Formats: sequence, structure tokens, C-alpha cells
Amino acid sequence: MVRNRALSAVAILATATVLTACGGGGDSDSGSDSGSGTTLTWWHNSNSDPGKGYYEKVAADFEKANPGVNIEISALAHEDMLTRLDAAFQTGDTPDVYMERGGGELASHVEAGLTKDISEDSAEAIEKIGGSVAGWQVDGKTYALPYSVGVVGFWYNKDLFAQAGITAAPTTMAELNDAVAKLKAAGIQPISVGAGDKWPAAHYWYYNAVRECSEDAIEEAATSRDFSDPCFVKAGEDLEAFVATDPFNEGFLATPAQTGPASASGLLATGKVAMELAGHWEPGVMQGLTEDKMGLGDKTGWFPYPAIEGGQGDPTTPLGGGDAWACSAEAPPECTDFINYLLSDEVQIGFAQNDMGLPTNPAATGSVKDPALADLITVRDEAPNVQLYFDTLFGENIGGAMNDEIALVFAGESSAQGIVDATQAAADNE
Amino acid sequence: MTARPTGTNVAATPRDTAGAADRAPRSAAPAASGGRRRLSSNARKRAEIAFFTAPALALLTLFVVVPVVQAVRYSTYKWNGLGPMDDFVGFDNYTQALTDDVFTSAVMHNLVIIVLSILIQLPLGLAIALLLNREIRGRSFLRVVIFMPYVLAEVVAGVVWVLLLQPEGLVDAALDGVGLGGLTQLWLGDPNIALFTVMVVLTWKYLGLAVLLFLAGLQGVPEDVYEAAQLDGASWWQVQRRITIPLLGPTIRTWGFLSMIGSLQLFDMVWILTGGGPANATVTMATYLINQGTDRSLYGYASAVAVILFGISLVLAVVYQFFVLRRDNENAPKPRKVKR
Repeated sequence: MVRNRALSAVAILATATVLTACGGGGDSDSGSDSGSGTTLTWWHNSNSDPGKGYYEKVAADFEKANPGVNIEISALAHEDMLTRLDAAFQTGDTPDVYMERGGGELASHVEAGLTKDISEDSAEAIEKIGGSVAGWQVDGKTYALPYSVGVVGFWYNKDLFAQAGITAAPTTMAELNDAVAKLKAAGIQPISVGAGDKWPAAHYWYYNAVRECSEDAIEEAATSRDFSDPCFVKAGEDLEAFVATDPFNEGFLATPAQTGPASASGLLATGKVAMELAGHWEPGVMQGLTEDKMGLGDKTGWFPYPAIEGGQGDPTTPLGGGDAWACSAEAPPECTDFINYLLSDEVQIGFAQNDMGLPTNPAATGSVKDPALADLITVRDEAPNVQLYFDTLFGENIGGAMNDEIALVFAGESSAQGIVDATQAAADNE
Repeated sequence: MTARPTGTNVAATPRDTAGAADRAPRSAAPAASGGRRRLSSNARKRAEIAFFTAPALALLTLFVVVPVVQAVRYSTYKWNGLGPMDDFVGFDNYTQALTDDVFTSAVMHNLVIIVLSILIQLPLGLAIALLLNREIRGRSFLRVVIFMPYVLAEVVAGVVWVLLLQPEGLVDAALDGVGLGGLTQLWLGDPNIALFTVMVVLTWKYLGLAVLLFLAGLQGVPEDVYEAAQLDGASWWQVQRRITIPLLGPTIRTWGFLSMIGSLQLFDMVWILTGGGPANATVTMATYLINQGTDRSLYGYASAVAVILFGISLVLAVVYQFFVLRRDNENAPKPRKVKR
């Protein structure tokens, strides 16, 4: 999953005409051979091999096992898919099988009656996946099956850490500050952050809130949209204190998250900074940003977000999120059979073997080849729960207001209280 | 003086097809005695007008009028784009926009861009146009160079500038190379200078249009006026000041209008260079509107912002037409009214 919103509007502009031109072209299923069969349309974002080919095989296998079912695949670039999905939700012309990211976004789809309740038809798969499914539940009903869930943490350059004399990965805020000081002393820029895209900066505040707030306080905020618990202000104060140590790359306010070698990921990949707070996608992104397609290679290290002294949250709870398969409300009944199949042991093992993500089916978690990703799965599965990214959890509106204000704190133009106020204002306005 | 038809012989030009079509009945009219013929010719004329304008009017209605009306309707609802639009809020979205700090600073940025565009591009564009209007070596090459940025796709040019302006990018390296390393800045990353960096890129991008229009206007300045001035012993500078620039007035005023509207609607370049950041330092009304609408799914609120943007553009356009362009419009050759 590539979280890259900065270019999404550009993508809209650049592809709008193309998309409108081919928008109607997808339905041209002229005379299916299998007679009165059912056609399932499936949009996914694995548009390059091995993922693309793997999903073609998966669809073919399902068709073979279920005569009469025909699956029409649209393998789209991630941003294109999101743009098309947005348009599809507004016109009501949604594909049968599509990707949901959970939280507030899903809740608004459910409220508008666009997504199928799969609680009963997928009961078996839901039980197998376990706790991860919580992010895709609304009022106790399940609407999608997460097939890949990842977590956010610090990716670092082992060589640069050694060069600065840092012997162990920081586990507390004090140790992180100490590491930042050592890196600076060694003339190394400590941390890159893509504050230009806002969400990478916002992850710091989310994590501070996860550490400062009890699970109940966050749950309460998510349901009642009330951010008055003082732990949210404390999260902001922790952030202000951290920003004041000036740990970030030069020009971080305008740094993009993932595009180009001067992006936050690019700076880490090319050894210009020592670490970056990012999700499970980071090794893949870094590989794409270096000429040898290796990223940081063997120098890649990972450590979880440090604990905050005195915080009420579980210091091992990771922040994360993922992608899930959902069926549109109008989809034929075969849709749930298909997404159950996508979460089956067999398909998830293949998914893991092709390094397509972090599988959620426990039967497949051992099949992940990449050692860095395998470590993340351990972190994810040993944690009491995975806290969904706040911008996803609270939805585009509240999440967007939150991210904008957090970015202002990075620029020194807002405060801990400002973040809570802006968030609460957006929530009250819903 | 842009391509102003020379008035006297317009009627004779075969290009003027409407005139040619009208002439036949006009010359025939005195010979005809009854009003019936006049009536049918009027009806025919109306049919002709309807026939030729209908497609354009239909498109205008479909793609301009309907969306504007729709936006006004959306702007009175709280709506996230999904499901039914049933939460009517009246003018709340407007009050919210007008009291929002980010939106008001966006309006300010648009106004700053309008003023700076004219202050920078007018003298610069005029100087280059006057220079390129002279017989100098490599003139056509220079014209191409100046006009090239305007032709480049906005997105492509923007991405290239982002690469040039990034920390330790080519701009910084060039400054370092000539010993001006102390002048390097966080061109797009410092909230205090980002807007001015954007202005520089905008000037680079749109100067070509100003120069092109001014050059076209210069072609319309009659040769004999120059000759007369030269006979009177006017210097080159006097000729430019007393003759060329005044005669270029209508072109300059038209360019000013285009520049103003372009500045008000500025979106793509800012979106690519800074996305409105850092810390909202370069946000414009259009980037704010996309941010609120597309990114945050506040379609009702974003529609209100769009309507305000429309209103501001309309008011400024009308004011400009009334105070600045009126004289040009009065002087322009009127469409000939055909009497029958």
C-alpha cells in the first residue's frame, strides 16, 4: 500500500479525461460463453507482477471451482483506483469487489448504504483473522476482510547509527532524544519527515496519543467524537517538545513523503538521514527510489515507536492500518464467496510468498520471505491490538483537520491545544 | 491595437460572411414593396441565429450554467458527496468560510499574486517585447525561448521546478558554484519566502504570454506614425514612451485582465510546487477548495468556497471592464447594425 496523497490531485487532473473516456468501456462483456453466469467486477491495486499475475491466477482458479462465475479484473495504479472508487461511490456504480481501508471512511460508505454486511456469510474468515478485523466493523457488524495489515515504526540506517555511536535502538523518548543528539554531533541529519504531505508528520502525534491515552480514551473519542481527554493535549505537548529539539531534515516542511530522492523515504534510502517514521511499505518504496533497486538493503533496521514515560497507553501498541476486501451492497451473493476465498489459507500463503503485503490469515504469516516484513508481523501479532491511523479512523474530514493542524505544529505555528481545538471543531461540524 | 480591423474596408472583406449574407436582402429590400418579405427575412434571421448559436448555448448551459447553479445549491447543504443531500444549513458554509483563517489568507495570497503579477510582468514583458521588436540577431530564437515556458504543460514545468528548488538542488548548487552559497534558501520550505518563490516560477511561466501579446500589439502600431516621429527628430526612447506604449494601451489592458483572472484561479502550479504549504503560506482559493472538497469530502462547504471564488472573480472582472476596459470597448469598431 502506497500512501501518497500529494500526487492524488495531480493524478485526478492528469487522468480525469482518460478515465472518463474508458469509464464506460469496462462493462463490455459481450456474450459470455458460460451461458447465464454471474459476473463479478474486481478492482485491485496490484498492477505490476508478481501481484498482477497472481491475482489473475486466483480469479481463474475461483472461476474453475465455481462454474458460471466470471470475474472481470481491473488492475489499477493505487491512486487511480482511489480516484475511481471515489467517483464510483458518488455515482453508485461501484465494482462488486473492492478495497476498503476501514475506519471513518468505511463508516460513511456504510451509512450511505454502499457496502454489504458480511458478518454472517464470512463468519468463518472473520474468526480466523481475529482482532485485526475490528477496524472494518461498524456497530458490531463486519463489512470487509482485511488481507494485509501493517504497522508504523522507525526504519533506520544501521551504518549511520553505528557511526554515531548508537549501540541499541531507542526504546524510550529519552533514548530517542539521546540518539538524535549523537547523530547531530556526528554531523548526520537524524530524521526525515515528509511534512509536506502532512500525514507522515501526523503519525508522530497519533503515536504520542496512542502512548499517552488509554485504549478506552481513544475508543471513547472514536465513538463520541469528544477529544476533551487531557491525554490528547499531552500528546501535542510531547510533540512540541520533540520538534523543539530540531531533529528533522533540512526543509522538512516541504518534503514529500515518497516521491523522488529528496522525499523523506528517498533521503533515508540514499543515506542522507539516519531514520524515518514510516509503515511497512517503506522497504518497497525505498527500493523504487535507489538506482540499484535495493533501497537500504542490509543496512535496513526497524524499531518500534518509543514508550513515553507516564503514558496511559500500552507501550507496545503499534499504529497501523491495512487493506481489506469488501463487497458493494448490490453485489451478487457469489461476491462473499470470492472474498472468503481471497482470505483462504491457500490464497493468503501465495500472497505472502509473493511479498504482496503482510497477510492476516495466521496460516500464511510464516510464509513471508522478506525478513524485515516478517519481523513486523511478529510485532503486529504480539501486540494487544493495532491502532488504526487516526485519519482513517476518524474519517477524511476530522482526520484532515487534525493532519493540517499537526503540520502547523511542525512549522511552529500552532500548539498542542490548537490540534485538539481544530480536531474538535471539525468533529462538531460533522 | 491588437488586430483591430482597419474599419474602412471591413465591409468589403469576403471574410465578413455575415455581412455578405445580409447585404443581399438589404439591397433587395427597397425594391420589394410589402412587409411580408421583411417579416420572413426577420424570421429567417432569427432561425439562422438560433441555428448557429444553439450548439454553443447548449454546451455553455451544460458545462457552465448547470454546474454553477448546482454549486450554489450544494453550498447550502452539509454534504460529504455520498448518499442523499438532506442536511440543509442555509448560509452556514459561507459564514464558516469567511471566518476561516486559512481561507481569508488564501484570498490575500490571490490578491498579492494579482498585484505582483502585474507589477513584475508588465514592465518586464514590455521591455522584452520592445527589445524583440527591434532588428536584433537571434530575434526569433529569443522569442521562442521566452515563449517556451508558456507552452510547457503546467504539471511538467512544476515538477521540474520542484526538483530544481529542493534543498541542495540545482538552484542551490548554481548559487554555490558562483560563490553565492550564502544566498541559498529553503525556497519552497520556508513559509516566509515560499510565496515569492512561487511568484518567480509564475513569472517565468507566464511572461511569455505577456511578451507574445505585446509583440502582436506592436505589429498593429502603424509604420507611418514612427516615420513622422523620426522626421520630428524624436529619440528611440521618446518614440517608445510617447507613441508605442500609448498605442499599446488596449493590448496591455486586455493582458491585465487575463492576468488578473489567471491569478484568481491559480491552482496547478501552486498545487505541484507546494500544495499550498508550508504552513499554508502559499494556499490559494483554488487549492483550498480542492483541499476541502476532494481531500476532505466536504462537498457542501467546498461548493460555498467555489461560489465565493466565482463571486470575487465576477466582481473584479466587472469592475475592471467598467473602469479599465470601457474606453477600449467604446473605441472598438461596433458590430455594424444592418438596417432593413
